[in-house]
Amino acid sequence: MTENGAHAFELRGVNIYYGSKKAVEDVNLSIPRQKITAFIGPSGCGKSTVLRSLNRMNDLIPSARIEGGVFFGGQNLYADNVDPVEVRRRIGMVFQKPNPFPKSIYDNVAYGPRLLGVRGKAVLDEIVEHSLKGAFLWDEVRGDLKKSGLALSGGQQQRLCIARTIAVEPEVILMDEPASALDPIATQAIEELMKVLVQRFTIVIVTHNMQQAQRVSDYTAFYSIRKKEEQGGVENRWGVLAEYAPTDRLFSNPASEETERYIRGEFG
Amino acid sequence: MSAMTTPAPENKPYMPDEAAFRRGLAGRHRRGRVWKIFFILSIVMALLSLVALFLNVVNSAAGLIIVEYNVDPADVVPNGDIDAASPEQLAAAIVAYEPNRALVMIRDNLSSVASDQFSTATISQQLGSYTYPESAADKTPRDLTPEERSAILAQNISVDVMKQFIIDEIVGLNVLETYSLYESIFNRAAVEEHFAAEFDQETTRLEFRMWLRPSFLTSGQSSDPVLAGIRTALIGTLWIVAITVLVAFPIGVGAAIYLEEYASLFGNENTLSGKFMKWFNRFIETNVRNLAGVPSIIYGLLGLAIFVRAASDFTSGKFLGVTDSNGRTILSASLTMALLILPVIIINAQEAIRAIQSSIREASYGLGATKWQTIWNQVLPAAMPGILTGTILGMSRAIGETAPLVIVGASTAIFVDPSSPFSSFTALPIQIYQWTARPQAEFRAIAAAAIIVLLVLLLVLNASAIFLRQYFRRKLQA
Repeated sequence: MTENGAHAFELRGVNIYYGSKKAVEDVNLSIPRQKITAFIGPSGCGKSTVLRSLNRMNDLIPSARIEGGVFFGGQNLYADNVDPVEVRRRIGMVFQKPNPFPKSIYDNVAYGPRLLGVRGKAVLDEIVEHSLKGAFLWDEVRGDLKKSGLALSGGQQQRLCIARTIAVEPEVILMDEPASALDPIATQAIEELMKVLVQRFTIVIVTHNMQQAQRVSDYTAFYSIRKKEEQGGVENRWGVLAEYAPTDRLFSNPASEETERYIRGEFG
Repeated sequence: MSAMTTPAPENKPYMPDEAAFRRGLAGRHRRGRVWKIFFILSIVMALLSLVALFLNVVNSAAGLIIVEYNVDPADVVPNGDIDAASPEQLAAAIVAYEPNRALVMIRDNLSSVASDQFSTATISQQLGSYTYPESAADKTPRDLTPEERSAILAQNISVDVMKQFIIDEIVGLNVLETYSLYESIFNRAAVEEHFAAEFDQETTRLEFRMWLRPSFLTSGQSSDPVLAGIRTALIGTLWIVAITVLVAFPIGVGAAIYLEEYASLFGNENTLSGKFMKWFNRFIETNVRNLAGVPSIIYGLLGLAIFVRAASDFTSGKFLGVTDSNGRTILSASLTMALLILPVIIINAQEAIRAIQSSIREASYGLGATKWQTIWNQVLPAAMPGILTGTILGMSRAIGETAPLVIVGASTAIFVDPSSPFSSFTALPIQIYQWTARPQAEFRAIAAAAIIVLLVLLLVLNASAIFLRQYFRRKLQA
């Protein structure tokens, strides 16, 4: 996986299926490096599905199937010779619900490096401190790294998950609605953190919150739903990428009427 | 309820009016109360059964006995308390009552010369490595004074052997009648009256006996209920349970991991091979569940055919050069028990693994963990409390099962402690079953004592497993 150009990801003609059901159709998208790209859209539009295809997280769902190419630095992530374990180590992920391991704060952050075979207390100590500082959590927990990660507040837990992710030094951090389970103050902390992290990482975030997309992101991809009536009255729904533009332009001057209606809050 | 003042909107015709609603509500509450009483009764019934079981066992395990002694213990050792006597007192008693048997003891346990030279060789010639009084060194055994005989016994023969000899051969405790604990406490007058009227006060005696006593745990089998103990059965049970858990735990957890973590992710269910794998895995799971309900005696037959007969070279230890056993060994019994409890462990482990939140797995994979790293670091620790619950259930079952052991060949008479997986064996439930089958009341009493030991063993093993489970559970909490 070599890096070239200004784009981290190139998605070409991506279709994703769950079993025989189509979830996303024909997504073509270039995600720039060291920028924050937001995925927005109504429920069921497939924005999380696309996000999870970026680090092969969908592989964990047995019925999921992908067509087309997801290129990361020019390499198709779904090529036969690519190991999903390597993909996920280079493209980290933060989930909607904070999900620290039932271990100490220290062990949570050291988990990723240990998986890679990093041993030695001095090295791990430094990684833990560095990562917690990077996630703006160090000052709050420095005295008690042995405390269970589950004993932290929701916002702290989410920052612990971010610290855990940056501890393996990925190139990209995918965030699946990282603040939707948090209160406004914790949300603000996460957003400020993202603005700092983007200096080192490429960030892709899925959000339900259009203000959040406006506040933090450089580019916004709006996904929408297409429907088709099958025989027997069954309705088929799948997601498409409706519009993709710099965030300022997408919100101030959307190209399609559908986008405009969505950002005005008329559906979704 | 009557305080509701909002004007009722016009009632829909299918909704009950106010009066009907109140009537109906009373009926709904009443039905709830009836069910509640039923549930409470169920618990009361369960508790009563437990109490009845407990009382019944305790009632038999202690009580008055009428005993006849060949020699009154008080004449043999001070106060008649054999357990408290010193080695010198015991040896002196043996020499006083059975001087020739004392010589036999020296010959059988200590002498280093052939038995035909025993009476002609001197003590110093035959007791080289043992201690003996100097005055005895040049005498032949027959010339030893009683003091010398008793000194040799006291210095060299174990206290247990001497005690056993005195109880067995000199005192000769003979139980004539046994009473339950209930009779002994609440009907003591009648028992004493019966004793006074029917028995010779010179040679017999009425005493209280705890059948569950330290010597009951430490003595081996005997045809005399007074002397019989459960040491061999207890050791047999411990061996069986240990090997059973050692075999069944890793295999059971391994099978559960396969079924939950690997089998369910086989390929795409749209393809033919994916469909087949899905069907195949469902088939395996259904059958594992069915196996949990198969009667244990059938496992016994399976164990007889496979472990005792077909694999006898393995289970008898022949492959390791053990020659003195056939396939009816602790190993055969343990493997049979392991098969028996495997479904219980698999099902519980599967459910424990399935109950783990997918978010933990995703977090691990998201950090670049391989499948095995995720299973080992996240899935297994999180599932461990549930896995141990299944293991506790399985272990309890393995301790109590009797039928498969009978078929696999638990011996009824074992006089040597089982010392390896290739020993022949007996087990607590087998011993209990045998004793309850005897007509004499004393055997029922020691059966009850053995049941108490079995229950205590069960509690101790379960408690330690529960302790372990709590340890893992606490580790997972904040």
